[in-house]
Amino acid sequence: MESIKKTFGILWIILALLTAYFCIFEFGIPKLGTGHQEDLVFGIIILFILTPIISVGLAVFGYYALKGEYSKDKM
Amino acid sequence: MQTNKKSLWKVIGASSLGTLIEWYDFFIFGSLSVVLSTKFFPADNPTAAFLSTLATFAAGFVVRPFGALFFGRLGDLIGRKYTFMVTLVLMGGATFLIGITPSFESIGYFAPLIVLLLRLLQGLALGGEYGGAATYVAEHSPEGQRGYWTSWIQTTATFGLFISLVVILLTRVLLSEQQFDEWGWRIPFILSIIMVYVSYLIRKNMDESPEFAKAKSEGKTATNPLKESFGNKYNLKFVLLALFGAAMGQGVVWYTGQFYSMSFMKTVMFLDSDQADLILGIALLFGTPFFVVCGRLSDKIGRKWIMMTGMLLALLTYRPIYEAMYQITNVDRKTEITQARTENIETRSTDTGNEEVKHYRTEYTDGTKVHITSRQLHQSDGQPELVDTVPHITTKSVVTVSGSNYVLLVALIFVQILYITMVYGPIAAFLVEIFPVKIRYTSMSLPYHIGNGIFGGLLPAVSTYLASNAQSQGNQTYYLEGLWYPIIISGVCFIIGALYITKNMTANTDQK
Repeated sequence: MESIKKTFGILWIILALLTAYFCIFEFGIPKLGTGHQEDLVFGIIILFILTPIISVGLAVFGYYALKGEYSKDKM
Repeated sequence: MQTNKKSLWKVIGASSLGTLIEWYDFFIFGSLSVVLSTKFFPADNPTAAFLSTLATFAAGFVVRPFGALFFGRLGDLIGRKYTFMVTLVLMGGATFLIGITPSFESIGYFAPLIVLLLRLLQGLALGGEYGGAATYVAEHSPEGQRGYWTSWIQTTATFGLFISLVVILLTRVLLSEQQFDEWGWRIPFILSIIMVYVSYLIRKNMDESPEFAKAKSEGKTATNPLKESFGNKYNLKFVLLALFGAAMGQGVVWYTGQFYSMSFMKTVMFLDSDQADLILGIALLFGTPFFVVCGRLSDKIGRKWIMMTGMLLALLTYRPIYEAMYQITNVDRKTEITQARTENIETRSTDTGNEEVKHYRTEYTDGTKVHITSRQLHQSDGQPELVDTVPHITTKSVVTVSGSNYVLLVALIFVQILYITMVYGPIAAFLVEIFPVKIRYTSMSLPYHIGNGIFGGLLPAVSTYLASNAQSQGNQTYYLEGLWYPIIISGVCFIIGALYITKNMTANTDQK
């Protein structure tokens, strides 16, 4: 189980990168250029608030998992 | 250290009432958003519409986590009781002031600006309130019963929504449509100040939490809760685990059951608005006691698997549930009673000509009734008004259901509320227990409000995006595509929670 926890750390880091990609290039930047103010606010929030929290948070979580910080003896 | 049962009920009562009122205050803004937009944020005014968008997004997404940090820090420094008193007064004051703010017609741009500021204050207050109440109750609770006692706090969000729907519905029933539109919508906001005052009086006489009071008397409180919560690797890894292994999934399950379901009934199934509110209200009423059941159960068998089961069931059954809901009002599969068809046309004068309103009503053998209204504007010379060279016709369909369809719809919403009780009932105790007393308020509030505010709050926008994308690509089941967002988030959260959360995970106070 401990090795699965560590290996899955890589998955969370990849997921963090994918989330960042989708947040920036699919949801964030396209919204900025639509000309609708509602989309502009949504895009800004996605890019500057949500992406850092979700992607950086998940990447750090993955890194800790990979380093074995969530193993039984360290909890 | 622990409190006797009678005093504990007082603690629960005082804490839950205040938290319930805060949720009520927060929800009436959302429930009355259509009326508020006409009073404060007229759509034909771009600046006002921009402020409206800010009020919607900023209060839900951005401000709540900041409120969690700001008030969480205060709560860990000066105490739980005083902090959640401040959040209560802040929320009540802001809500009352929204109720008495003059409209856009009276004071122009000041109106949306004031309402935006007050809405931000509401978000801040909510961000600080929940963590305080949950921590306060948990720190009074006997060992091994935290799930049960904190579950009363967990009922407040759902009950707050229920009360907000009831107050709005009663105000609508007691007043005429014109009275409600002119001034009646202010009543639910103004009522809040009375409820907040009562709650303030009750909370004022409560003592500080025994665990915090002990830590304070021993000089063991944090000097910099933010740094100790998020700058310390040992605590940060628990904050991240709480967010990605519990709060994130809980947020989307909660929003899907309580808000996505309502929006689905009104905008996809075209169910009559009052009927949809009532159906949700009934399901909430029957579902709410299960918060306590799940909280109690979590004391017996552990928090983890109750929360994880709720998430798993949600991700496996959301699509069949919503398909069944959709079919309830899908008239393509129903038999029409042709004799019940009626059609009539009204013509009303307008400033530029007249408006032709066509009403088409019909019934189906299972009791479903459909009322379609189409409106077309004509100029004074009788020619139809054109938009992009085509006559502009707006059509609105309203469906009402009865009998077994009604019961089935209540049951389908009730099942979703049950999932909410599974993921949400034990989570306060879970969050409280994984963080030590000195940074508990700060550490538990942030993942909770990111999970709910950000992951949950994003649900309407992302789901609408997914569904409209699917519709434009000709997908036959486009109405189910928005569910991929809660399904994927719950799935990821389930895997993280199942793998990394241990059955009886509690704070290790020896760790720095």
